[in-house]
Amino acid sequence: MRFTIGWLKEHLVTKFKDSQIIEKLTDIGLEVESFEKASSDLDNFKVAKIINVEQHPNADKLKVCDVDIGKKNTVKVVCGAPNAKKDLLTIYAGPGSVIPKNKMKLAVSKIRGVSSYGMLCSESELNLSDESDGITELKPNRYSNKVGKNFFRNKTEKVIDLSITPNRPDCLGVRGVARDLAAAGIGKLRNLSNIKIKNSGPQKIKVSITKSKNQGCSIFGSCLINDVTNKESPKWLKDKILSLGQKPISAIVDITNYVMLDLNRPLHAYDADKIDKEIIVRNSEKGETFEALDNKDYKLDDDMCVISDNSGILGLGGIIGGTRSGTEFNTKNILLESAYFLPRSIRKTSKLLNIDTDAKFRFERGIDSQSIEIGLNKAAQLITEICGGKVSNFDIQSVRKEKKNKIKFKISLFDRITGFKIRDKEIIKILLDLGFEVSKNKSELELQIPTWRPDITQPIDIVEEIVRIKGYNNIKTLVPEKNRIKDTLNKQQKLFHFLQRSVASKGYFETVTWSFTDSKLNNFYKENYKEIKIVNPISSDLDVLRNSIFPNLTFYLKKNLDRGFKDISLFEIGPIFKSNKPGDQLTVIGAIKSGKISRLNWNDENRSVDVFDAKKDSIQTLIEAGYDRGNLFVREKSPSYYHPGKSGSIYLDKDDIEPVAYFGEIHPNIIKKLDIKTEALVGFEIFLDCLKDNKYKLKDLKSKFKFSDYQKSDRDFAFVVDKNFKAQDLIEIISSIDQSLIRSVKIFDVYEGENIPKNKKSIALNVTIQSSEKTLDENDLEKINKLIISTVETKSGAKIRS
Amino acid sequence: MSDIKKIKDEFLDKLSKDLNIENVNQIKSELFGKNGQISNAFKNLGSFPPEERKKFASDLNFIKDELQEKINKKIQEIEIKEINSKLDNEKVDVTLPERNIIRGKIHPVSQVIDEISSIFSEVGFSVEEGPDVENEHYNFTALNTPDNHPARDMHDTFYLDDEKKLLLRTHTSPVQVRTMLKGKPPFKIIAPGRTYRSDSDQTHAPMFHQVEGLHIDKNINMGHLKGCLSYFIKSFFEVDKIKMRFRPSHFPFTEPSAEVDIGYELKDGKIEIGEGDKWLEILGCGMVHPNVLKNVKVNPDKYQGYAFGIGIDRLAMLKYGINDLRAFFETDYRWLNHFGFDPLDVPSNYRGLSR
Repeated sequence: MRFTIGWLKEHLVTKFKDSQIIEKLTDIGLEVESFEKASSDLDNFKVAKIINVEQHPNADKLKVCDVDIGKKNTVKVVCGAPNAKKDLLTIYAGPGSVIPKNKMKLAVSKIRGVSSYGMLCSESELNLSDESDGITELKPNRYSNKVGKNFFRNKTEKVIDLSITPNRPDCLGVRGVARDLAAAGIGKLRNLSNIKIKNSGPQKIKVSITKSKNQGCSIFGSCLINDVTNKESPKWLKDKILSLGQKPISAIVDITNYVMLDLNRPLHAYDADKIDKEIIVRNSEKGETFEALDNKDYKLDDDMCVISDNSGILGLGGIIGGTRSGTEFNTKNILLESAYFLPRSIRKTSKLLNIDTDAKFRFERGIDSQSIEIGLNKAAQLITEICGGKVSNFDIQSVRKEKKNKIKFKISLFDRITGFKIRDKEIIKILLDLGFEVSKNKSELELQIPTWRPDITQPIDIVEEIVRIKGYNNIKTLVPEKNRIKDTLNKQQKLFHFLQRSVASKGYFETVTWSFTDSKLNNFYKENYKEIKIVNPISSDLDVLRNSIFPNLTFYLKKNLDRGFKDISLFEIGPIFKSNKPGDQLTVIGAIKSGKISRLNWNDENRSVDVFDAKKDSIQTLIEAGYDRGNLFVREKSPSYYHPGKSGSIYLDKDDIEPVAYFGEIHPNIIKKLDIKTEALVGFEIFLDCLKDNKYKLKDLKSKFKFSDYQKSDRDFAFVVDKNFKAQDLIEIISSIDQSLIRSVKIFDVYEGENIPKNKKSIALNVTIQSSEKTLDENDLEKINKLIISTVETKSGAKIRS
Repeated sequence: MSDIKKIKDEFLDKLSKDLNIENVNQIKSELFGKNGQISNAFKNLGSFPPEERKKFASDLNFIKDELQEKINKKIQEIEIKEINSKLDNEKVDVTLPERNIIRGKIHPVSQVIDEISSIFSEVGFSVEEGPDVENEHYNFTALNTPDNHPARDMHDTFYLDDEKKLLLRTHTSPVQVRTMLKGKPPFKIIAPGRTYRSDSDQTHAPMFHQVEGLHIDKNINMGHLKGCLSYFIKSFFEVDKIKMRFRPSHFPFTEPSAEVDIGYELKDGKIEIGEGDKWLEILGCGMVHPNVLKNVKVNPDKYQGYAFGIGIDRLAMLKYGINDLRAFFETDYRWLNHFGFDPLDVPSNYRGLSR
């Protein structure tokens, strides 16, 4: 909503300064976005100084000037003026400027092979005088310190730009803004002039509103104005239209626009001679078409509110007029429309057809149903003033009474909600100033809501009116109470935050990427999930919700590799989606690691990342989160985007069906298809929703400390087993032989090759044996040794290596 | 007596020379070995007349102790010398680089969410969450934004079906609805999370983060709202004084509604929060609309309270001087390294929000 202070003062008598008005507007909820002069075409003309002149290489009469245009900028301008010389102060017009005399728009152009950035202007080109023999010469004493400044003073008034919230259609007109200011103590609202226009004779074009279901128009007011002379608007009107950044079109169109902006009363003017007999306001039928004033053809659906005549559609009511009946400069007779369209109908139609106009914007927010005649009167008055003509009687057709709403307001609600009190008298004054009709009944007010305030429907709305006009600065600042209803975080949330920092502490950088991704990338990782399309994606490469964290992670990994980074560890903790149903999502950690461990370190072992890095990081994270390593179980099974031989899944327990994590090297085919250039790429995923609640709190776990001081013994074994035999199973076989004696089993070597049969491998283990009851002697140890060997050999088919 | 004195002097002299460990062992055996001089002297003890024997034995023991001690000292001396000479050869250049340091980072959005949670935890709020995919009812209708409400246009919604029933939530407010539907008042929650609008330019990203706040009880009024937000903003920006402005605004789900601006100034192109004379909008809030309470089966005649919504990314930008919103989501390793936080820096009440 844009207007000038001058315009505001047509409705408001005030002695307040501009700055006070601006501040008050924001204080009462009419947020001021800006308060500045509208930019003018003349802003492009700058005072400039020629600092060097050279002969044009290809033309005798032309010169190439270096021109200082201020702010340390110098440009080259080709100029034919005989008086162009070094140190001359003149007027420069940059590319984009429009020359006042011939309305020519400047562009950077080549003149005989030399580029010219703008031009130096003569007085005649600027309409300053008839002098056209050379460029303007400015007097050094006045202009030498003004290089770079605008030559013309911008005489336009400053424009207030308000951001009006959707509940305040009344403030889409200058008068509504003035009313609010008056209520807030910034002056007094002027009365609307009640000069009634002289009407002569009946409105001869018959108007009817069909009484169909879903009729989107309830009132249609109109008048005929005959014998008008349409023309350009007078300067005061043009200036008003221009100050809002709009283009003046013709007096009739400008007047209807002006009344709309002034009173928030949209109007439409038809060329009456183009109307076929009568006006029928009716619902459209599917398939009807018409050409609108935006020069587009629209194909209509059922039940759209149209204004039609006997030949067809003239316009979409309250949204846009049609070309067939539009006014032109030669229009002689006009029909002026002032109607009430229902917000719901306007919204539905404009959404379906995707049209946005000033009128639509206003009608869908709600127009004052009582402003029909006021609007006709004001517009007719202006039209006859400017274009002449005779105005008919006003014809008002209506199919429904737009009633005035009443509410009861308990005054105590005000301080119950705001926490402070103001006197009843002041409350009543504020409401009266806002246009309410008020009657007091003990502690209750009976209010009739002004018809321009469709947003006010219940007592809470009255509280807002009073508090915003009184000022939010009257609300106290109460110290927050610390009482607590429940724990800040539940267990799952604590786990989330714990795991987030746990993974980061292993050298991964946390990232946050979109919840959506490119379907092409997503396809690599989506497995059995359904693709979830976004109907209106922001771009075609962010067209689906992600089924995995990996599409985005690998995409951005590649970007960083392309930036020259090599050893990258990234992770994200966030949602992945199983379907488009609310809640059908999982919280997942996805982590990837590329390149090498300890690259370019003089001391450390230098190797590519591998599956066991991913395994370590995922398992350690689970252990830190409180899951016992002894219970974690690894299977070879993993999704297809991992390397089939170098990946696995982790279960909290051997008997679990759902894995809690995957780890492994990323499938080489994906690395190739994504063109990721790195020595190695591994990753892991942890599914937070699968992590069963750890029943024990730390205090429970801590109470079970047991230890043995008896001597420990270590024994080494090497077993030859089938190549496919799992190390995890071997460890489990040994560990479960005697849990009271076998404290740990460590694999220190795995060997295949010479001296080992094909399809076999040798696994070397170290077993720590300790009793909690006594020091074991040689006999005891020999016994357990033998038991280990025999059990392993029977259960696994292994052979002890001798 | 003089004999043993002579032995003592002779050997003390020997031991004061520069010796190696073999020399010392040699001396040791010369003195205390089977035929060592001191050993022999003890053997001869019997040849002394009884009246001298006692005195001689005492002297002999004294000398023995002295020599023994001297030998031990000498051995220690040599050992230390040997270690020291070894150390000279073991010297490394300690200015060579250490082993590679592994250091991860926490994203600023996560860090700021933890900071926010910590601040609100202090005054009794708990954290609630809701789904990213919402239906139209929870995101709009239940929040007093019916289908024909123009406010819906301001939400540039991403839809997941052609009927426009399923969508990506445009704000965290649906969590209010879900929380109130599944529980009974009072409610005192915050709900941080991802939100989505199909808007993308320098200052808008199609995904961003919000934190919703909701406090409903029997007598919660606008003064509590102002107090809570004032406490939050001061705590978050870690300043004692801050200029704050509540200004009327409109949200369909609150009435009265307000937007909150904070004062700032520009110093060397960087925003400084606090006392400046410029205003910056940072959040929207208001008293929960009675229609919303009715929609979630809470009696608005008995219960009332406030709600607010704050842009988390915006807060992070202001506090940590980050200029570009889009960079939050672009995973530039350099940016993550620069603006990321050490995982050990967990914001908490007792250790402070940040270092």
